[in-house]
Amino acid sequence: MSPKRSEQARRHVAVIGAGPAGLSAAYAALAAGACVTLVDSAEQPGGQYHRMLPEAYAARRPERLQHGWRAFDRRRHQVLEHPRCTWLPETSVWMLERPDPEQARERGGPPRVHLVSGPADGTGRTRCTLDADALVLAVGAHDRVLPFSGWELPGVFTAGAAQALAKGERVAVGDRVVVAGSGPFLLPVAASLLEAGSRVLAVLEANTPVTVARGWTRRPWELAAQPGKTAELAEYTVALSRHRVPYRMGRAVVEARGEGRVEEVVTARLRADWSVVPGTEHTVAVDAVCVSHGFSPQLELPVAAGCALGRRQASPSEISGHPGASSPAPSPTNEFVLVDDGQRTSVAGVFAAGEITGIAGAPAARAEGAVAGWTAAGGAPSARALRTLLRSRDQGRAFAERLARAHPVGEAWPGWLRPETVVCRCEETDYGSLCAALTDRAGADPRVVKLNTRAGLGPCQGRICGPTVAELTGRFGGPQRQVRDSTGRPVEGLAQAAPHRRPIAQPVRLGELAASPMPLEDHPPRQSHP
Amino acid sequence: MSPKLVRAEHDATSRRDRPLRITVDGEPVDGIQGQTLAGLLLASGRHAWRHGPSGAPRGVFCGIGVCFDCLVTVNEERDVRACRRRAADGDVVTTQSRTPRQDEEHT
Repeated sequence: MSPKRSEQARRHVAVIGAGPAGLSAAYAALAAGACVTLVDSAEQPGGQYHRMLPEAYAARRPERLQHGWRAFDRRRHQVLEHPRCTWLPETSVWMLERPDPEQARERGGPPRVHLVSGPADGTGRTRCTLDADALVLAVGAHDRVLPFSGWELPGVFTAGAAQALAKGERVAVGDRVVVAGSGPFLLPVAASLLEAGSRVLAVLEANTPVTVARGWTRRPWELAAQPGKTAELAEYTVALSRHRVPYRMGRAVVEARGEGRVEEVVTARLRADWSVVPGTEHTVAVDAVCVSHGFSPQLELPVAAGCALGRRQASPSEISGHPGASSPAPSPTNEFVLVDDGQRTSVAGVFAAGEITGIAGAPAARAEGAVAGWTAAGGAPSARALRTLLRSRDQGRAFAERLARAHPVGEAWPGWLRPETVVCRCEETDYGSLCAALTDRAGADPRVVKLNTRAGLGPCQGRICGPTVAELTGRFGGPQRQVRDSTGRPVEGLAQAAPHRRPIAQPVRLGELAASPMPLEDHPPRQSHP
Repeated sequence: MSPKLVRAEHDATSRRDRPLRITVDGEPVDGIQGQTLAGLLLASGRHAWRHGPSGAPRGVFCGIGVCFDCLVTVNEERDVRACRRRAADGDVVTTQSRTPRQDEEHT
């Protein structure tokens, strides 16, 4: 199906992220006849979903830990070994350079990609730049964890960390573990922990059975369109019941305690809005707790590229079914990259796929990636394969909506915070100081709050506490600053983007900055034009 | 009691371990090739190796390079995310602190 073209006329598509969406985008772009540069910060493709064991483990049965291994294994070989694909592992995008308007008219195309290759955070990595005809952003998401007292103790992990350690290097994070938070992701994490030999004491879903059931049983025919996902979840449920792990709904970890590390957690029953039911607290001895309250899309690259963001999923108050509940200010926690039917973002030549356009899981990410890669490569919009892809993408989006409805973040969660609860882990800013800063009228500008409390100014640059601080700011009625472009006009769709604005997307060392970067075309690790 | 590495002979993936040794604050610590520094430190029974501004201990939180809680110094390179860096035989790892009294440098 690939049109015949001379090498010069081939479009060059850069794909950032080699998880389900990125790998699929690379495959589709290659199928459409483009040259592809696939970039990922890990040594191997797969992303968080298909997290692979290190090659040094010389595992003979890696498929034992993987869902859909065969299809993934075939796809990664097809892409990485393709003569028109350049694979850049252990490579991070640290900056996207937007052309100034005049250059943009002249050169066209997406922002210039600045890359750094080599061992994570090492000195003397090599820097290069990449100018492609189209850019597909498929950078994924990370766990969103709401703060609770003691969450900064060692032994409190994100669910994603437990999963990465168990699947990616065979380390079980503890012997007695509680998995808590919200969403179906808690199930594979518990299953991985069990497989690695941990004792999982309980899986706690914060949402009540009514909320979960209402979300999942709404329009059941949509669920039938996701047989893979449904079967996968059923498998985890079987693993849990085989190990007699209780799955409790309407219960959450509201505190972690211990001397220098977590020794026990306090769980409590929650109402539909996640307010704690007094007197239902229960203490459990643990040596690890794994928490996830959903996912935060990694928006720094889309924001750096200038992509418009917006809400794709309904807000918690729309979901919880309490029409009387006060509607919280629109929060950046449910913002995603806006894309059209061809996965185009608002920026010419920039496409987005996977979790950054809405949390929908691997099958939807694959479908979106394929559409993005095909469109980015200039593939015919009338292709028959595209129609199938669009259908499965739309089914994926319906699934995402269901997920959001069944597992919303209840708006009363700050009720379990205490004044001394750490909100910003890096700077140890506590909830009391943050509230004081937010209610101080003179200082309620988000920048002033940030400088006064230091929340979001630490090494993680607000990646962890950003959504929480933004949500609390919204509730205290803080001003919503408009992001303005270079001419001072408010940028449409970017009003909420401030928490993701990081000019440096990944840490880069001063020594590395001093060395001038090589354009990738001159120094490709592997010849991309055979 | 602690995080641990699934033993190779019990590992469903049939992996083959090749040992390596690093030092952590001068103390030799054994691991296997392919482990991240975070995985190696956890499996060696360490759950914390960094101090926050108040002196509170920190170890791994996000495990995928987002939270920067697990920073260590590796062969004199500061601020290396232990969850993202593979251990290499002979690595000299020193722990870091953001507590002003112990360490004037900020990470």
